[in-house]
Amino acid sequence: MFEAVAFYLFAFLTISMFFIVVTSSQALYALTALAAGMIFISAFFFILGADFLGAIQIIVYTGAVMALYAFGMMFFDTTRAVKEKQGNKFLVVGMSTIAAVLIVLIFSAPMLSTNITALYPSVGDIGNTQEVGMVLFTKYLIPFELAAVMLLVAMISGIVLAGKKMDASLTLMNAQEIAEMKNETIKKALS
Amino acid sequence: MDTAYLIETVIKVVVILLVFSALAGIGTYFERKILAFMQRRLGPMNVGPYGLLQVAADGVKLFTKEDIIPTNVVAPIFKIAPVITAATAFIASAAIPFLPQFTIFGYTVHPIVADVNIGILYILGVMAVGLFGPLLGGMASANKFALLSAARAAAVFISYEVVSGLSALAPIMMVGSLSLIDFNNYQAGGIGNWIVWSQPVAFILFWIAAFAETGRTPFHLIANDHEIIDGFGTEYSGMRWGLFFIGEYANMFFISFVIPILFLGGFGDGSVLGAFALLGKMAFFFFFFLWTRAAWPDVRPDQLMWLCWKVLMPLAVINVVITGLVMMY
Repeated sequence: MFEAVAFYLFAFLTISMFFIVVTSSQALYALTALAAGMIFISAFFFILGADFLGAIQIIVYTGAVMALYAFGMMFFDTTRAVKEKQGNKFLVVGMSTIAAVLIVLIFSAPMLSTNITALYPSVGDIGNTQEVGMVLFTKYLIPFELAAVMLLVAMISGIVLAGKKMDASLTLMNAQEIAEMKNETIKKALS
Repeated sequence: MDTAYLIETVIKVVVILLVFSALAGIGTYFERKILAFMQRRLGPMNVGPYGLLQVAADGVKLFTKEDIIPTNVVAPIFKIAPVITAATAFIASAAIPFLPQFTIFGYTVHPIVADVNIGILYILGVMAVGLFGPLLGGMASANKFALLSAARAAAVFISYEVVSGLSALAPIMMVGSLSLIDFNNYQAGGIGNWIVWSQPVAFILFWIAAFAETGRTPFHLIANDHEIIDGFGTEYSGMRWGLFFIGEYANMFFISFVIPILFLGGFGDGSVLGAFALLGKMAFFFFFFLWTRAAWPDVRPDQLMWLCWKVLMPLAVINVVITGLVMMY
């Protein structure tokens, strides 16, 4: 009973949050609703008994959405509504058609679910953290390693793109050196 | 799910809420007294004996003050931000074992709301969610200083989450579980079994990260004191500002419980002495927060980032690698 109540409550909350994300024209509403929706999704993992994935969902998306906030802060005045250009009408129609088809698929999926069996059923009395680890490091080792390599590539390219003029560190200079650097930049700006 | 379990859980939730909201208030009294003594002042003295009723006076003031919503703020977000800080602090406490289990009227009580088997991950994750409070409050305030404070909050929290996670990883590898009860049982054999002896680096790193996660001095640049305003809380008044405060102090108490349970043996074998030892350790870590505030200045934002990414994070990674090598061979 509790599980059913919790499921419908969080399903309603998640969908309404993501609805706000899509429809709101104010960046702050959209971002806050996005964070809330991502955190509410973790409730489904907890209901299904996948505690580890639930906690990971919270941790990962808290950090990710916070980085989005940082960009929002730089690009918009987040306390005002953003004026949006009316985009391509065909795109809107196409997107809503795809969404409608998806909804039909989602609602018809339970009809197929009687045929679904777990490929890697849980082993028993070990915790689900260990189960995730076992599947991740045996069956899905190559996708896991590939994801790690891709993240490394993204990190290095991020450093290369943003890391120009990072050979001087304010933290390691003393006050005199900082004053000299300031004077030089002022001189350059004036000349 | 039987009724007794439901009633027990509700009672535990209510007790934790009441005790720690009250402690947050008394925590401000402790802070003012300790800071005063360290600066050779007397601190609050006028209200009640030895200034003890100052807490009540502050409470009355906060509750009866007008709740001002300034004109240009984003009202819904502005209103909800303090609630996020206070609520997530208490939600995170659900996985903390505050005392060893005890028997009262023949009924065994586990003083932990939910013994999930991912306790430490859950606590760190939900505490990180609490940092949306300052961020949203600052961004919704339509105030440049509050916005700057929110930007600093985002930078600090994204960075120090990495340090706290990586430094907690090494002890997690040793214990082989994420539950705080298992951490406690691993160290139940006495002082010689404490994880701090085998993981001193992780202990220090986690302690430093705890200061950043609770936003205390020397990482207090979130509410930058030398701007003379209160950072993200500039536009807040009355109980909404008070909720930020309750959240911050509740977080300090909860992290002061988590550090001893992770590294310093927790409540040991579960005797009465062990329970008091845990409370004593908690009191020491809480006192240390206040001691640091009296003794140290804030660091600059660039120093903070430098410390996190160039000193603490490499140390944490090396610590994890060495722990892994030692455990393999």
